[in-house]
Amino acid sequence: MEDHEIETRGFVTRAIFIFLVAAVLMLGLLARFVDLQILKHGIFSTRADENRIQVQPIASDRGLIYDRRGVLLADNRPIRTLAVVTERIADLDTAIGELASLVDISDDEIAGFRRRIEQPRRPYEPVALKVNLTDEEVARIRVNGHRWAGVEVDDENLRYYPLGSLMVHAVGSVRRISEDDLDTLDAVRYSGTKFVGRFGVEQFYERLLHGEVGYRHVEIDVRGRVLRKLEELGEEPAVAGQNLTLHLDSRLQTAAYAALGERRGAIVALDPRSGGILALVSSPGYDPNPFITGIPQEEYRLLEGSPDTPLFNRATRGTYAPGSTFKPIVALAGLTTGVTDWERTIIDTGEFRLPGQSRVYRDWSWTTTNSGGQGIVDLRKAIFRSSNVYFYQLGTRVGIDSLGEFASQFGFGSATALDVDAVEGVLPTRVWKKGARGEDWYLGDTVNMSIGQGHLLVTPLQLATSAMVIANRGRWVQPRLLLSSDTGLSGFDAPSPPQPVRGPTEQDWEMLIDAMEDVVHRGNQGFRENGTAWFYIGQDIGYRMAGKSGSAQVVEIRQGEEYDEEALDERERKHAWFIAFAPADDPRIALSVLVENGGGGSSVAAPVARKVIDAYLLPQYARL
Amino acid sequence: MANDFVRQMSLPGTSRARVPALRLDAVLCISILAVILLGLVVHYRDPATFQGQLVRMVLGFVVLVVVARIEPRRYLSWAPTIYGAALVLLLVVLLFGTTAKGSQRWIDLPGLPRFQPSELTKIALPLMLAWYFHDRRIPPRFRDLLVAFAITAAPVLLVVQQPDLGTGVLVAASGLAVVFLAGVSWRWLFGALALGVAATPVLWMSLRDYQQERIRTLFNPENDPLGAGWSIIQSTTAIGSGGLFGKGLRESTQSRLDFLPESSTDFIIAVIGEEWGFVGILFLLFLYLVILARGLHLATLAPNRFGRLLAGGLMLTFFAHVFVNIAMVCGLVPVVGVPLPLVSYGGTSALSVLIGCGIVMSIHTHRAGRR
Repeated sequence: MEDHEIETRGFVTRAIFIFLVAAVLMLGLLARFVDLQILKHGIFSTRADENRIQVQPIASDRGLIYDRRGVLLADNRPIRTLAVVTERIADLDTAIGELASLVDISDDEIAGFRRRIEQPRRPYEPVALKVNLTDEEVARIRVNGHRWAGVEVDDENLRYYPLGSLMVHAVGSVRRISEDDLDTLDAVRYSGTKFVGRFGVEQFYERLLHGEVGYRHVEIDVRGRVLRKLEELGEEPAVAGQNLTLHLDSRLQTAAYAALGERRGAIVALDPRSGGILALVSSPGYDPNPFITGIPQEEYRLLEGSPDTPLFNRATRGTYAPGSTFKPIVALAGLTTGVTDWERTIIDTGEFRLPGQSRVYRDWSWTTTNSGGQGIVDLRKAIFRSSNVYFYQLGTRVGIDSLGEFASQFGFGSATALDVDAVEGVLPTRVWKKGARGEDWYLGDTVNMSIGQGHLLVTPLQLATSAMVIANRGRWVQPRLLLSSDTGLSGFDAPSPPQPVRGPTEQDWEMLIDAMEDVVHRGNQGFRENGTAWFYIGQDIGYRMAGKSGSAQVVEIRQGEEYDEEALDERERKHAWFIAFAPADDPRIALSVLVENGGGGSSVAAPVARKVIDAYLLPQYARL
Repeated sequence: MANDFVRQMSLPGTSRARVPALRLDAVLCISILAVILLGLVVHYRDPATFQGQLVRMVLGFVVLVVVARIEPRRYLSWAPTIYGAALVLLLVVLLFGTTAKGSQRWIDLPGLPRFQPSELTKIALPLMLAWYFHDRRIPPRFRDLLVAFAITAAPVLLVVQQPDLGTGVLVAASGLAVVFLAGVSWRWLFGALALGVAATPVLWMSLRDYQQERIRTLFNPENDPLGAGWSIIQSTTAIGSGGLFGKGLRESTQSRLDFLPESSTDFIIAVIGEEWGFVGILFLLFLYLVILARGLHLATLAPNRFGRLLAGGLMLTFFAHVFVNIAMVCGLVPVVGVPLPLVSYGGTSALSVLIGCGIVMSIHTHRAGRR
């Protein structure tokens, strides 16, 4: 009994001791909680908020683009995209497989997705797997969404070009921002933006179109998923980009596109009074919309590898020899330098030789059975009959230096358009040839340049510009696409327009334009007396058009050989040119037409030009 | 007082043979139920978890009632068998167990709920030690102590092999608690403590890489904020952001937004700290301390040595779990897989705690009959 009580007392002592130890440990824990919850509460409170609160950019709506009549050329279309943040998904294949069981995802879309995830992009940027989800598909994904951390349904405004390939080379288009773009784009301004203007107006006016990014505070979970807006923390709405109205006339553009038909070529039409670009066609074009939603590889390869180069903008970046469309410039140069006048005549035998050289430069009318030539030719006839021999003589007498300097006043060799990303072409000089070719300038080069061949290279836009300057009797306006924007043209200080063309007198301009009218209207005059284009477009025309045809050689025809269109490959045939403006005495439209490998300028390009101008001027096509 | 409770629970006027008396202790029951209820309130934010936990707790309490009715002498006679069974199950789990989070802890039999044999050990070991000491000389001789250490070491080594260091330490603690209560001399006790401190470097070397990592992370969680330090950073952030009065029920952003891992299980006290603040924590710790105090008090009232040692050992085991879990969530001890007793979501752990409390009540309520 005694033992038992001693033992019990010992146990009680130990129980109390160990309880006290426990109580001390508890107090230790409590001290830790005091430390965390009371002393350092502020620090941890902030840290918890930093965990869950994120500043999220709000993308601005890109400005819309309209044509001069208010036809929408570039729209924003709200769509929902199934997107995947690959960084957050451990097993991508399984996730794609499971998603494919919920919504219909084609093999093509999966292939496109796999290609996109290989391409450089921003880290943690959702990559589109399927665009344009239906309501039902969105619901199915949202219901099952908890199963994948990195799968999102994104609402986004996608650029949409309602007119598709018709306007693509005139308006340009946007492309998805790539990692390379991040070096040049402002990281903050573009934090909510997925697309950036890459071509044309979209690129040139990116700053106006883009708008200003906004921000809001959102609560995110540990996977970065946005759960709700925290309005009480403030938000800054995005500012939409400016809407732009262009000089383009989609009706005229349609007519021009149709006039070219299936042929490769380009048309640039300008309003001579404003310099506004009314139509800018490069054919074939392509539909830019699939590039925005994600173009299937196959389709892209076809576009990129096509010998017709649909992705290439011929109108602003293609350079060609202008052929005889350059002759009016040479004529004015001759008048300005006093080398010729309107009365002076020559006898055009169809052949021209430089002194002391055996090489024969021939007229376009030469064949192996007929020496050709235009007979007695003055400057007017040299233009409406397009006499090569007259211009060979004239050009060589003016000389390359004076000719080049004079031609530069018409915008050759430079990019004069205000808001078009165009190339400069080549207006050759002695210095240029020494640098580019390592050779001296030969007199033969001048002979070729006199009829728009040789080293001279121009774009359809430049040729249309020269036609416009002639139409304006030497007065300059720079070609431009932008007609107006929401807030005017702030930030885009237009350079002062070039000086008017110096040299030609008022009478010279009128005589030249008369001669160019003859190209179209002079008919029923007999052998070698009709305008070159009269037979093709001049017989039933209801207004006065001034024009000039041109045919630019693509391959050199050897001495003594005939240019035989039938014998040549299609790709080696001459490019057909026609420049024109109308009405001749009060021009409202000036244009250039290029038909690649089309053959004769008068027979092929002139009818296209007529159709375009008809569409612009004639009452049956009049305003809606 | 306790007998009054028992009497009230047995309906007056009905035959004892038909309606068996509830052999429960009122204070212990009420404080246990209070903790369970508090846990259920926290779980209420997720209906599935809440229902699962409710069912488990009801079942667990039924088991407690049943366990409390069994006479202590039966536990005495079953002790070696239960201990042996626990060792066998630990062996089985090592050889055939289901792996979760890198260690084999579970036995997954078809048709039966998964369970962790190491939880059974937390009952079996104090039981075995109380059995061993119940007819030995007190204070124990050195030879008896060696045997007791061997009895303790066998399950501890098996658990550590899984590897589950945290539970191993807790199982060892429950064994040592019984040895301490059995009356090992103070001199030996402090000697062992000193030896343990001296052996720390050796122990450190024997730890696995991830175990070392956890301990290093403990002292510097910011070094590896996305890896091993993540849990501690997020749990201390949750607790600290709760402040004095908390953010309110179901307002824990840290767990709602999934920043806090294991927020329903091992790290649930961080949610309590965030939602209920310091006041809630204070209340919960008080309840745990009441359970411990009452349990130890009942142990001192036990009629014999077996009852005393068993009841005391079980209560100290319970407290060790509470302490280790809370200290780990606070970043005071390494992160080990120990749930918060009666609050964390999960069945096996709650069951072993409730069985332990049931045994304590059985020991107490059957003492009159034994006398």
